[in-house]
Amino acid sequence: MSIWGYANPKRFMDTSARVLPWLAAAAAVCLTLGVIWGFFLTPDDYKQGSTVRIIYLHVPAAMMAINAWVMMLVASLIWLIRRHHVSALAARAAAPVGLTFTLIALITGALWGQPMWGTWWAWDPRLTSFLILFLFYLGYIALWSAVEDADAAADLTAVLCLVGSVFAVLSRYAVNFWNQGLHQGASLSLDAEENVADVFWMPLLVCIAGFVLLFVVLVLLRTRTEIRARRLQALLLRERMA
Amino acid sequence: MPDLGKYAVPVLGSYAATIMLVAAVILLSVWRSNRVRRALAEAEARAGKLPE
Repeated sequence: MSIWGYANPKRFMDTSARVLPWLAAAAAVCLTLGVIWGFFLTPDDYKQGSTVRIIYLHVPAAMMAINAWVMMLVASLIWLIRRHHVSALAARAAAPVGLTFTLIALITGALWGQPMWGTWWAWDPRLTSFLILFLFYLGYIALWSAVEDADAAADLTAVLCLVGSVFAVLSRYAVNFWNQGLHQGASLSLDAEENVADVFWMPLLVCIAGFVLLFVVLVLLRTRTEIRARRLQALLLRERMA
Repeated sequence: MPDLGKYAVPVLGSYAATIMLVAAVILLSVWRSNRVRRALAEAEARAGKLPE
């Protein structure tokens, strides 16, 4: 079956019901293992001291904040081009999860920045574009709630998502574009010179896997809820007209 | 428990904030899922009694 088969809400509900418990268990295992490994079993960094432990939360949260928006962008494009309702509802379902990850990245970044940079916040290109991405998430969620007609809301939020994608890309590549500001380059790189030390690398990968799985689980769960809510709305309308 | 030294507050604060926010988004998602599922089941039961 092609991926477009999941545009059928019934098929999506059946498949997601089967995979959700396994994905949730995998997310719980990865998050527990990664956090325990990172927090309790890794040494302090020679420069950052014990604050290096914040990397296990900050980096996965920041990655998923951007990737959640990219997923919403893909779902929005599918909605705009092929008019599959499930994709529009999946984009809607992902927004609060992406907002939460963005907030985690901003808070943990500020808590790390105060002792390391001497400030909670700086108007640095990456930090500023990340803050704007956070505001886009808020605007996206508010727009979905503000428009009564579901298809019109999906159209408008899809366009907002396209515009916000500029800041999702900027928040990822701002360091490379401007090469200024406080924020350092990528913590994870294929270049061994730039990459974090091996002792931090493995628990970080496990935490990233945990955050990715948590995102997938929450988006599936919330998309199922949105599909049910859409059906509920149709039934209530039919009741009122009867 | 590792010795976090002078950075105990930012490190523990980061973990506490993350756990709270992740717990909040999970609980809210599950709560709304259950609420909508119940409401849909009731509406479907009512709809079964409606004339076509």
